Amino acid sequence: MAIEIFEFKGGVHPEDKKELSKNSRIEQLDAPEIVRIPLSQHIGAPAKAVVKEGDYILVGQVVGEAGGFVSAPVHSSVSGTVRKISTFISAPFGVPSLMVEIENDGQYRSVDFVEHENYLDLEPKELLKIIQNAGIVGMGGATFPTHVKLSPPPDFKIDTFIVNGVECELYLTADYRLMLEEPEKIIEGAKIVMKILGVDSGIIAIEGNKPDCIERIGRMVENEPIEVVELPVKYPQGGEKQLIKAITNREVPSGGLPMHVGAVVQNAGTVAAIYEAVRFGKPLIERITTVSGEAIKKPKNFKVKIGTLASHLISNCEGFKKPPKKIIFGGPMTGFAQYTLDIPVTKGTSGILAFTDDIVKEYEYTACISCGSCVRACPANLVPSFMSILIEKGLFEEADNNDVLDCIECGCCSYVCPAHRPLVHMFKLGKAKAMEIRRAKQNK
Amino acid sequence: MEKKLLLTSSPHVHCGESIPIIMYNVIIALLPATLVGFYVFGFPAIKVVVLCCVFSMAIEYGWQKLFKQKISVFDGSALVTGLLLGLNLPAASPWWVALVGSFVAIVIAKQVFGGLGHNLFNPALVARVFLLISFPVQMTKWMKPVLAGSFWHPDIVTEATPLGLVKEEVMLHGKIIHAKAYSIFDLLIGNTGGCIGEVSALALIAGGLYLIYRGYVRWHIPVSFIATVFLVTGIMWAINPQVYINPIYHILSGGLMLGAFFMATDMVTSPITEKGMIIFGIGCGLLTAVIRLWGGYPEGVSFAILLMNSVTPLIDKYVRPKKFGFKPTN
Repeated sequence: MAIEIFEFKGGVHPEDKKELSKNSRIEQLDAPEIVRIPLSQHIGAPAKAVVKEGDYILVGQVVGEAGGFVSAPVHSSVSGTVRKISTFISAPFGVPSLMVEIENDGQYRSVDFVEHENYLDLEPKELLKIIQNAGIVGMGGATFPTHVKLSPPPDFKIDTFIVNGVECELYLTADYRLMLEEPEKIIEGAKIVMKILGVDSGIIAIEGNKPDCIERIGRMVENEPIEVVELPVKYPQGGEKQLIKAITNREVPSGGLPMHVGAVVQNAGTVAAIYEAVRFGKPLIERITTVSGEAIKKPKNFKVKIGTLASHLISNCEGFKKPPKKIIFGGPMTGFAQYTLDIPVTKGTSGILAFTDDIVKEYEYTACISCGSCVRACPANLVPSFMSILIEKGLFEEADNNDVLDCIECGCCSYVCPAHRPLVHMFKLGKAKAMEIRRAKQNK
Repeated sequence: MEKKLLLTSSPHVHCGESIPIIMYNVIIALLPATLVGFYVFGFPAIKVVVLCCVFSMAIEYGWQKLFKQKISVFDGSALVTGLLLGLNLPAASPWWVALVGSFVAIVIAKQVFGGLGHNLFNPALVARVFLLISFPVQMTKWMKPVLAGSFWHPDIVTEATPLGLVKEEVMLHGKIIHAKAYSIFDLLIGNTGGCIGEVSALALIAGGLYLIYRGYVRWHIPVSFIATVFLVTGIMWAINPQVYINPIYHILSGGLMLGAFFMATDMVTSPITEKGMIIFGIGCGLLTAVIRLWGGYPEGVSFAILLMNSVTPLIDKYVRPKKFGFKPTN
């Protein structure tokens, strides 16, 4: 049964560069001698440390308790002794945050995991508790606590559940390899989520540049209440709002959430992690990460323990072909540039990319020439040119009135701008300032 | 020791377009019309166009040097302005018309506003209209096309432009007589009087289609502009063909092709949304037709575009795309 697809306006078509790593089978990577596990790997309150220097801990042991409902616990991915609780600064958070440094003893002794063979017989409340205690957050990069997303208030009836297997970012092939090599985890995980949400059917959305996944998973769900939907290749097709529009033709209202249009979307990796937590009792302690980019000798996809430093992953790719100009966590359109390789992989690190200086350049930018490329590229149907001029002049309230808070920071506008204006950078600033002004008004 | 890593905001890749690339493509698109103009009018045309280009770039460089601003003259925009200005002048223009025109275009219409991106009006058109009003004699001394004459020293025999001929005959005789002597073929290839760049509709259309194909110009303005002129002049011709010449003649003559493809589409001074562009194009078309048919000047394209340039900010303010997830306030 073919579903009608509702294309979103705008978007761009860059070369996806996935050929660099798409044929590399997932490689299980052991953690290095020192592992650094941040206590804030999610949106919401950071976890609170419950271990101290000198403690001996096991794989799967809670090292940080959730800091509230909109938060998540953090678990150890290795067994060993806690060296110290240190502070570090890295993107995307940009503020000093705590991390637990553990000396990996290489034994991987773990806590007892509670398995559930008949997981679909569990009640939604029990399933949610397992997910919450397993510390699962959105692994597409947003890192929103999953148990919160899967508990919409009762006034919002959910009728659509979509597994996001689109992976529209350039270079990244983590979800692709997961769908190819471990599809049963995604399918079973989807069924668990459908049980929690109370929906009868689910959709797995995959972009047309992954025909092998579409075919394979399509066959596997023939007798399941799940349908595979092929979406046209366009960035950012994997953006939550654009994905919901494609499948349901409903637009998430400005300032609203997907649940306001009856939809819930989860990344394919998150869904697989849900299955592992419910079936095998495994907390979120490892993930699939693509290491790629023109500066990497041998791009690969790793199943890597949370807390492994980027330097360890890169040396397992035979190091750099040429000295890198930029190291990015995430994809090139939305990822964060890092200043050092001593940054650990966290729950949301879908990719580590290293670029040479012919791929990434420093640009001097000029005034906006009103060419309209950004207007045509914007998937949120905004006018980036005008918003950027307001922000340049410091008119943040005006920028708010011109919808800067609706920007999804996808990067399409900056990608096409011939004046090389750092539009997304301006909007990140503009959004922060606009929120400040709104909060100040509320507090009056 | 790690070499320093670059830290900037996402996105970290770029499609490769730039302002110089856009400008140089506009120049490429203007080459057919320029070469036809050189061929048809001979050496004087080359002199005018080259002087305008050189003066425009030199004046911009001088201004930026004088005021210690960043030298941006190699982004190609001054060159495009100079080329467009030259193509808008009669081939017989003296050197000082090129100089004054370049000064007005670069300094008064562009740099004084803040440079590229800040100007409100199309610089080449501001200069052309300034010259037309200040030096009407020089600016209406149209040369006879010299397809068979001497290239380096053509006879400066004046000849009216196709539209000028129509206006004159209607004013003097109350109806059109000889204007019909200009065939569609003449108008397409450039065997007419007029300013250097406007004579060959074919060369202009070819260049315009190239820019549309490459995506540097959207089709909305040229199509709505030309279609509106065709419609209005067509209606009047249908009502009284003795006094109003046919619409094909209208769209192939005068500065319409040059204006619709290359001047009205100037990015900085035209609306940013496609709906806005259509409104802009229709406005240009209406004004052009009104001035041509009932105004004092035989040609209205320059004035029409400048008037619509002044309306662009208003169009951009009210014509916006409906944002994703738009909630109408109850």
